[in-house]
Amino acid sequence: MAAVFEVLAPGLLTTVQDRGRHGYQAFGMPVAGAVDEYALRAANLLVGNAEGAAALEITLLGPALKVLSPAVIALTGADLGAMLNGAPLPLWQAAAVKAGDEISFTGVRSGCRAYLAVAGGIDVPVVMGSRSTYLRGKIGGLEGRALKAGDRLAAGEPAAAARALVGRRVPPELIPTYEGSLTLRVVLGPQDDHFTAAGRETFLTGEYTVTNEADRMGYRLEGPKIEHAGSADIISDGIPLGAVQVPGHGLPIVMLADRQTTGGYPKIATVISADLYRIGQAKPGDKVRFAAVSRKEAVQLLRGQEEKLWRLAELLSRPAGRVRHFRITVQGKKFEATVEEL
Amino acid sequence: MYSEPRFLPAGERALVVEFGDEIAPEINARLRALTAALEAAPVPGVVEVVPTYRSLLVHFDPLTVAPEALEERLAHLAGNLGELKLPEPEVTVVPVCYGGEFGPDLPFVCEHTGLSAEEVIRIHTGTDYLIYMLGFTPGFSYLGGMDERIATPRLKTPRTKIPAGSVGIAGKQTGIYPIDSPGGWQLIGRTPLKLYDPFREPPVLLAAGNYVRFTAVTNEEYDAIAAQVAAGTYRVQVEPKGEGRGA
Repeated sequence: MAAVFEVLAPGLLTTVQDRGRHGYQAFGMPVAGAVDEYALRAANLLVGNAEGAAALEITLLGPALKVLSPAVIALTGADLGAMLNGAPLPLWQAAAVKAGDEISFTGVRSGCRAYLAVAGGIDVPVVMGSRSTYLRGKIGGLEGRALKAGDRLAAGEPAAAARALVGRRVPPELIPTYEGSLTLRVVLGPQDDHFTAAGRETFLTGEYTVTNEADRMGYRLEGPKIEHAGSADIISDGIPLGAVQVPGHGLPIVMLADRQTTGGYPKIATVISADLYRIGQAKPGDKVRFAAVSRKEAVQLLRGQEEKLWRLAELLSRPAGRVRHFRITVQGKKFEATVEEL
Repeated sequence: MYSEPRFLPAGERALVVEFGDEIAPEINARLRALTAALEAAPVPGVVEVVPTYRSLLVHFDPLTVAPEALEERLAHLAGNLGELKLPEPEVTVVPVCYGGEFGPDLPFVCEHTGLSAEEVIRIHTGTDYLIYMLGFTPGFSYLGGMDERIATPRLKTPRTKIPAGSVGIAGKQTGIYPIDSPGGWQLIGRTPLKLYDPFREPPVLLAAGNYVRFTAVTNEEYDAIAAQVAAGTYRVQVEPKGEGRGA
């Protein structure tokens, strides 16, 4: 496989992630995988990959990458100020890059995690069915670790020719916004009965702040303390994605991709799947509230989110209408225009 | 044990099937039987099952199977487990070199329990431990059945790095660290076996429902086994549980 990127600077935390390592939790193996699956899947669709292909998950401060061979890339998720050779690189669309190009990031504007997909997918060895990096277990991705300067990344074989991919974009209505103040919808349980009525009330009415202890494993929140009904320990059981566990100190922790598979703290609620990307894009200092929904509503909302991705896949799979690009100059200002046949 | 399992929502993509509210072999056997039933006849939409002490976490795709329908299906399965025979449990023999540099806390365990090192080792190797579940870190097994005579509280200050293979005691529990990790268990020995190897299939040596038996080896035997493990030629000793040592 041809190396496609060389890492000039790794950024704060850049790892290879796909949709995670499923099927091994019974052995104690955490799932890992992209924290914002919607952005990962959209990025892959843009460059013609399977939705679950491996891509780079870029956290807050992006890396500097030198392009070593021609490729088609797409950047989705957080707006971290992406630049291509010093000019802004548009998000949520496929772009061609060539040898010698440099991808860099000026700083975070909204959200927390960006996803950089490349046509053909990032090619690293598959470990237990996944290319995802699990940092604490030192497996997956590039030698089980975050990228560092000097690393070279290879891509697999693209599914389509570059000219068929370049310019594909996600329509605005399918692009999420990342807010600094969010309400996460939850399904109460499995251990909401381990809290007093007042404790549940606190949880559903209080405003919480994302602390600095917020990573791929979980987000610790600060705010009003949630009262337990009795002991703050349960007999260890499984921890689902999005579980909100509340240890003895009474403050919630939202469990994310790298969470341990089992644990002994009661879980008052679980963030619904359709809202997981929102907590995954939250930053320290952001405000979080919780609102209870029924499991039925949660399934409906999940379906709604999946339908968006189906729609995107369908839009992109249409034989490309003739697309023509124009550069026009109006009163000395340069514009780029795209005319698409419908 | 509950007369019927409780179903607890864990979001819309997972649910907990809880069989009781204590740690007991018969409760654990029930959920293992349900796990086996799900493996024998997979239910469409179920993607992964995580067995723990007294409950199963069932991950599923709610767009394939509605949560309520899945609960019904699982309740039916759980109600008919009597007909299902669990596979005969096996005992994995885990060689351990006790004391010395591998078991720096053995003297403290002796001091705390008032037993000699030989007695602690005899008691620790004298039981077949039921593997209730795996979790916490890859390959970590929660073992049941340790003799209370050797129970010793955790370290006051946890160590920042415990080498993989270390065998420890924490209160009434005993266990083996599968990977280098921080921890507060009293270390009494180390096994040369690899409990976890991401490039082996299966990656984890031990399985819930089986048993572990520790057997004492000398430093020389430890080195010899470690060399065979490194060369990939060591054959882990596995025996049928039979009526041997109690758990």
